[in-house]
Amino acid sequence: MAKVLVWVEHDNMSVKDATLAAITAATQLGEAHLLVAGAGCAGVAEAAAKIAGVSKVHLAEDAVYANALPENVAPLITSLMCDFDAFVAPATSTGKNIAPRVAALLDVMQVSDILSVEGPKTFTRPIYAGNVIATVESSDAKLVITVRGTAFSKAEVTGGVAVIDMVASAHDTGLSSFVGSEIAKSERPELTSAKVIVSGGRALKDPETFQATIFPLADKLGAAIGASRAAVDAGYVPNDYQVGQTGKIVAPEVYIAVGISGAIQHLAGMKDSKTIIAINKDEEAPIFQVADIGLVADLFSAIPALTDKI
Amino acid sequence: MKALVCVKRVIDYNVKPRVKSDGTGVDLANVKMSINPFDEIAVEEAVRLKEKGVVSEIVAISVGPAKAQETLRTALAMGADRAILVQVNDNVDVEPLAVAKIVKAITDEEQPGLIVTGKQAIDDDSNQVGQMVAALLGCPQGTFANEVTVEGEFVVVKREIDGGIETVKLKLPAVITADLRLNEPRYASLPNIMKAKSKPLATKTPDHYGVDIATRLKMIKVGEPPARAAGIKVADVDALASALKELGVA
Ligand SMILES: Cc1cc2nc3c(=O)[nH]c(=O)nc-3n(C[C@H](O)[C@H](O)[C@H](O)COP(=O)(O)OP(=O)(O)OC[C@H]3O[C@@H](n4cnc5c(N)ncnc54)[C@H](O)[C@@H]3O)c2cc1C
Repeated sequence: MAKVLVWVEHDNMSVKDATLAAITAATQLGEAHLLVAGAGCAGVAEAAAKIAGVSKVHLAEDAVYANALPENVAPLITSLMCDFDAFVAPATSTGKNIAPRVAALLDVMQVSDILSVEGPKTFTRPIYAGNVIATVESSDAKLVITVRGTAFSKAEVTGGVAVIDMVASAHDTGLSSFVGSEIAKSERPELTSAKVIVSGGRALKDPETFQATIFPLADKLGAAIGASRAAVDAGYVPNDYQVGQTGKIVAPEVYIAVGISGAIQHLAGMKDSKTIIAINKDEEAPIFQVADIGLVADLFSAIPALTDKI
Repeated sequence: MKALVCVKRVIDYNVKPRVKSDGTGVDLANVKMSINPFDEIAVEEAVRLKEKGVVSEIVAISVGPAKAQETLRTALAMGADRAILVQVNDNVDVEPLAVAKIVKAITDEEQPGLIVTGKQAIDDDSNQVGQMVAALLGCPQGTFANEVTVEGEFVVVKREIDGGIETVKLKLPAVITADLRLNEPRYASLPNIMKAKSKPLATKTPDHYGVDIATRLKMIKVGEPPARAAGIKVADVDALASALKELGVA
């Protein structure tokens, strides 16, 4: 059976959800081993060992891995890959940063953002902003894959009894250093794992109007908040709210698009949502072509009224 | 310091792609093609660095069909100084790994301090070339860049990540991949478009760089994603509120 090494995305505290979908994809390919690399992340490795279906956890703890700098992490992964047939990472900003670097070092053509495993080396993946689905078969000896989180169920976080193996090597290329980060802390659910998302577009005018209009509705629904590129570019909300081809890919139970036209780049990020609701004053807006429930209305009266009624 | 900018000719972002009826690919005949929007941002960034006096010369490169000359002329009109087209036959797709190997070979010849490219091409959505080039060169990478500042021997890059923004400091030479908010690309002025026509554009082949472009991923088929069933329109806010309650979310 193929042996698969899965990149565990974490913040040195807990395993990020996107990893669980990657593990499911990995188990469809073979025996799933996890790599936890970081500093002070033994707790993460313990949690990872309990995930159902995991054979072994490899723990590489060193200060040089603290911020998942690809320059240091990629050589760590390639050094482990002599024992593995495939490397699998979630298609998160970290996974997308690291996996191609690993692939090039292994002389492998990566399969990005897979939607399904069709065979030992055959996968489907979205191209052209998800307007086209390609089925591709790799001819490389080893596989390097990133996994779309919304396309696979999440592995159970309990039930596993994997052993934890320490990896001794520390690769410090000295090429890069971490300076800092601005990570917004929010009480709201995370965009990529929320059950309900309320997203706002350019129509929301400015940051204050976006907040005054979208936030109360999201709060009532316990929803995460998303946005179109236009809303992010205009500075209504930070970049990490962007949903779309080049932002976050989401598939909640309910996605509510408010004042968003429905450009293909936006649809690419949300059209696999279970139920799509659109509120737009233009009945011709393309968003209505994918919406299950549409309301043609001015959002500035409709959204406050809706917030009151629920 | 020299900068290398990699650009790709792709379907225009406003065009909805159509799958060929035999499922072998996407129909690009008579479809509007443009410079990949992220690569346009990459060119703009290089030009701004040149205007600041950080970069002395900008070499634009593209791996693609003869028509990718137009893409390179766009980059030249925006402010690149010269261009290299690594030409392949029409309808030949060159995979990111092979593109990265070609860029590596050109880098060995040109010795740039910065290699700038878009974070992904909007046709194959692979998001790989920049990272692969960095790997092959053994140099650092600043992907999904939101802000780029050259400081002596280093470049400081603010990156758009899932949780917000991250800042890294990279030793030059380095690879940068542009995200949407790095800058707003300029429109090339008519005089600059005219001037671009006489800027040098060299044409090479993958063979010249000793790179094998045989594909590693076999395209078995392409198809449309499952279509969503037609929805309904509700009359008013009351009806929408009831619908939300029925869905069990309100
Ligand atoms: C390379 C590239 C990548 C991109 N990636 C993404 C991406 O990841 N995500 C993304 O979202 N976009 C992306 N885009 C941008 C995309 O093409 C669109 O420009 C963008 O999605 C438009 O945002 P919008 O719908 O908010 O704005 P608009 O298209 O301007 O739509 C605003 C909508 O609001 C409606 N409206 C206005 N006033 C009201 C009112 N009072 N009440 C109700 N409705 C109202 C209008 O009818 C209109 O439909 C990308 C573009 C490119 C070129």
